[in-house]
Amino acid sequence: MGLLSGTSKFIKALTYPSDMLPPIMADDEHQHVDPELEHAASKFGMWLFLATEVLLFGGLFAAYAIYRAKYPDMFQHGSSSLNVVLGSINTIILIFSSFTVVVAVKAIQENKIKLVKLMLWITIACGAIFGINKFFEYSYKIHHGITPGTDIFYSLYYAATGIHMLHVLIGMGLLSFLLYRTSKGYYSKDNFTAIEIGGLYWHLIDVIWIYLFPLLYLIG
Amino acid sequence: MTWLPPSASTFAPNVDFVLMLITVISVISCVLISFLLIYFVIKYRRKTDDDPTPAITHDSFLETLWTIIPTILCIVIFLYGYVYYDEYTTTPKNAYEINVTGQSWIWTFDYSNGKKTLNELYVPINQPIRLVMQSKDVLHSFFVPAFRVKQDVVGGRYTFINFTATQEGVFKIYCTEYCGTGHSDMGGKVHVLSKDKYAAWQSDSGSKIVNASADIPLDQVGAELRNSKGCVVCHNIDGAAGGTGPTWKGLFGKKRNFEDGSSTIADENYLRESIEYPTEKMVKGYQPLMPAYKGLLADYEITAIIEYIKTLK
Amino acid sequence: MSTDNEKNYLENGKGFSSWFFTTDHKRLGVMYLCGIGTFFIIAAIASVLLRAEHLSPGRTIVDAHTYNVLFTLHGSMMVFLFIVPGVAATFGNFLIPLMIGARDVIFPKLNLYSFWIYCLGAVIFLFALAAPADTGWTFYTPYSIESGTNVILITLGIFVLGFSSILTGINFIVTIHKLRAPGMTWDRLPLFCWAAYSTSILQVLATPVVAITLVLLIGERYWGLGFFDPAKGGDPVLFQHFFWFYSHPAVYIMILPAMGIISEIIPVFSRKPIFGYKSIAYSSLAIALISFLVWGHHMFTSGQSKLINIIFSAITFAVAIPTAIKVFNWLWTMYKGSIELSAAMLYALAFIFLFTIGGLTGLHLGALASTIHLHDTYFVVAHMHYVMIGGTLFGLFAALHFWYPKMWGKMFDEFRAKIAFVFIFIGFNVTFFPQFIMGTLGMPRRYYNYDPEFTIFHQISTAGTWLMALGFIFMLYNFFRPISKTAEANPYKSKSLEWSIPSPPPTLNFDEIPTVTESTYAYGNKIERET
Repeated sequence: MGLLSGTSKFIKALTYPSDMLPPIMADDEHQHVDPELEHAASKFGMWLFLATEVLLFGGLFAAYAIYRAKYPDMFQHGSSSLNVVLGSINTIILIFSSFTVVVAVKAIQENKIKLVKLMLWITIACGAIFGINKFFEYSYKIHHGITPGTDIFYSLYYAATGIHMLHVLIGMGLLSFLLYRTSKGYYSKDNFTAIEIGGLYWHLIDVIWIYLFPLLYLIG
Repeated sequence: MTWLPPSASTFAPNVDFVLMLITVISVISCVLISFLLIYFVIKYRRKTDDDPTPAITHDSFLETLWTIIPTILCIVIFLYGYVYYDEYTTTPKNAYEINVTGQSWIWTFDYSNGKKTLNELYVPINQPIRLVMQSKDVLHSFFVPAFRVKQDVVGGRYTFINFTATQEGVFKIYCTEYCGTGHSDMGGKVHVLSKDKYAAWQSDSGSKIVNASADIPLDQVGAELRNSKGCVVCHNIDGAAGGTGPTWKGLFGKKRNFEDGSSTIADENYLRESIEYPTEKMVKGYQPLMPAYKGLLADYEITAIIEYIKTLK
Repeated sequence: MSTDNEKNYLENGKGFSSWFFTTDHKRLGVMYLCGIGTFFIIAAIASVLLRAEHLSPGRTIVDAHTYNVLFTLHGSMMVFLFIVPGVAATFGNFLIPLMIGARDVIFPKLNLYSFWIYCLGAVIFLFALAAPADTGWTFYTPYSIESGTNVILITLGIFVLGFSSILTGINFIVTIHKLRAPGMTWDRLPLFCWAAYSTSILQVLATPVVAITLVLLIGERYWGLGFFDPAKGGDPVLFQHFFWFYSHPAVYIMILPAMGIISEIIPVFSRKPIFGYKSIAYSSLAIALISFLVWGHHMFTSGQSKLINIIFSAITFAVAIPTAIKVFNWLWTMYKGSIELSAAMLYALAFIFLFTIGGLTGLHLGALASTIHLHDTYFVVAHMHYVMIGGTLFGLFAALHFWYPKMWGKMFDEFRAKIAFVFIFIGFNVTFFPQFIMGTLGMPRRYYNYDPEFTIFHQISTAGTWLMALGFIFMLYNFFRPISKTAEANPYKSKSLEWSIPSPPPTLNFDEIPTVTESTYAYGNKIERET
């Protein structure tokens, strides 16, 4: 086999990830699959994946509980130094973006492709604004000499918000991909599983932030 | 050949009893299972390709039986383990405290009267002892097989061991939490002394030991100290490269190049400084890992080690 | 449905890309097998070197740092690249769809991605060997923060491998839920699938915790986070809690699929229904669930509180009971059977014997008083290898022999296989039994140098590894020299679905999705007791 054909196969396989039940044979690209089964299975799989995400952050929350009990003053002091205004704005932005995702999922079931595209755009933009705010927050802290190694509170602050930010970026990438395929006419009211599970992922990002925000910003 | 180390503490017979109890239960179960296994294989071996076999799918009585019996055995074993563990972790009121510090790769012991020893722990017989332990760097674990006691030492918190030695003699200490290149050489000895000898040891300022070794040449004392004080972990005497610390072979009189670019000739005073404050002048290519031996070695011990280094050409 | 189901899966396409880009679960299973086989051989060579070093106290062939690197390599490679993906990813992939009567797993592309992620993780892991870590496979802080070796790359590799494990787990759970053939009810499901199902739950729920732990460890080294570093107010014991919260369930990720294999093989070669189907199936689930609550028994001497030690000891004994139930059920399956001692059956019976020893010595380590003495000695090393080699590896070998005709469409030489078995079985016991005695005498683990009184035990143990190595080589030789180039569809008269189709299976497995009407274990013709 040529290196080129291998590479193109690799790219092709990577860019069609939402075909959850593809054919086994290369020449049988659109083997029929029971759409109800595909929908149920994909959602089930996504929920399992969300469980793993919750456990991933569960480790951080456990560390938070332990160290807050151990160093209450450090957490008070660290928390009061965080910018509650920026944090609140980010919280509102994320809650709003969760709403737009819900609208997108609803819209695709009613075949309103334009609305879906608009809502996905807004959601991605919200993610971007969230990221810009975070960037300012981080650079302000680092400018003032507060780094991940300053103390346990800031270790936790940077680790938790950093890993959350990584999820926002992954979520934005996922939604951009869905947006691209929506505009290619790939999704309709008969085929909306991918948008629905993409939306689930975005909700998870929102939910985790809803826990992180008060724990880090508001206890001070 | 025995399968247990010497039993030299009040806790040891309890541990041995639990070990014995579990081993007896295990051997009986294992023999039973192996016997049935082999018996079935022989008795019910395939004779023809279509031997009739019964369609037994389950048997509530048998299954209940082999659920309940292991459960009872497990509860009994747990309780014995718990009771003796509880006894071990409860500190007696009259316990004599000794502070223990682990660091890569030596143990130091601080006694209440201000005495300090290195890799050699001295305890009186039949006296409850409580070790208050901490680590200066990575995790270590303090293990005396003869006492059946073991506890990790951790940075930033204290951990404890209680024991009462019941037999005079010298017993081994091991480090059982992996701590790097010198892990397997991070050992020591517990000296269990009679009450009289212990009192004499405590009030003694070291002069007796000097007298005891007066008829042994100083460099031989140094060679012994190399083993007992932990030098052996990092400093070889065969000149092989790649050790954690510089080799002692040919060290005396050699030019030493330091990290800051300066250099000096290794004479007695340099060697003394390097033992007492090792990280002051770092030789090029080595990490500042060595603990400061200031206060851990008597003057004559340092002299003995330097004399020993001189003999290694 | 495609009519092109005449080619078997091995013939369907030739060349690298027909394998590397396939979504066929059978081919993926075979590729995982090649992967784990390679890493098994590398890690086994490391262990032979480790044992050779112990022929005499002090330096024998390598220096202390090299020794520490070798045991880290041996441990982390065996655990993360061989035994965790081990049986689950290879035989899980190959067998689950065949056993439940499906054409593939439910997310075949995700399955392929899981394999690629496994490859990626393995490549990162191999890159780390440029300056291999010397921390032990447990990466205990603060040593792993301070060690001057390549800890970041190796943990990154393991982090990536974790994704492969999670995605495979999700795939199997959904497959077993959604793709069972008509009539394949939960109480007819082959026990291997039950075991794989339990394993998958563990993979999905435990792996993220080790993932975040390793990310934080990387952060400690790279950004100076302070969670696990006492110098910064962190707690090294917390790292151990996080690490074992994954790594204890991981022990069952390793052993449960092997138990499933034993539950498949014994009924076939005894021509008897599996005894106590329900208790075996439910005990798999029970083990999976309880295993989340016993991680603290790796930390009895770590400095965690006395009360926590007592609780973990009690729960540890609770996990022993479902394990004991399984052993007796396997044993009683053979009662009044028609037993054929094939090579696969020999490995399965050896599994029962060795796993019993491994399990019983677990009692010594679960009881608080005795574990204080035995913790972190060679006793633990021996116990762990009796479970992992005597259990998982013997289970894997049993599977390799049992499904050899199905997988490759060829027959191997039974006699040669039995000779290899004898070498491996004896070699294994000679290697590890002396380690129980050494450990009880107080020989600590991970020791480069040791006291002379242990020399004889170490030498016997080392000699055992050579016997085992000979056995492995001979077994491999036997696999590569089949005596027949064709295999019957069902040479053992098994009733499981995978044997109802030709060997090797056609590309799409079943021409028509079968309808299941009776238990997978409906052997025996004389109804003795019906309840």
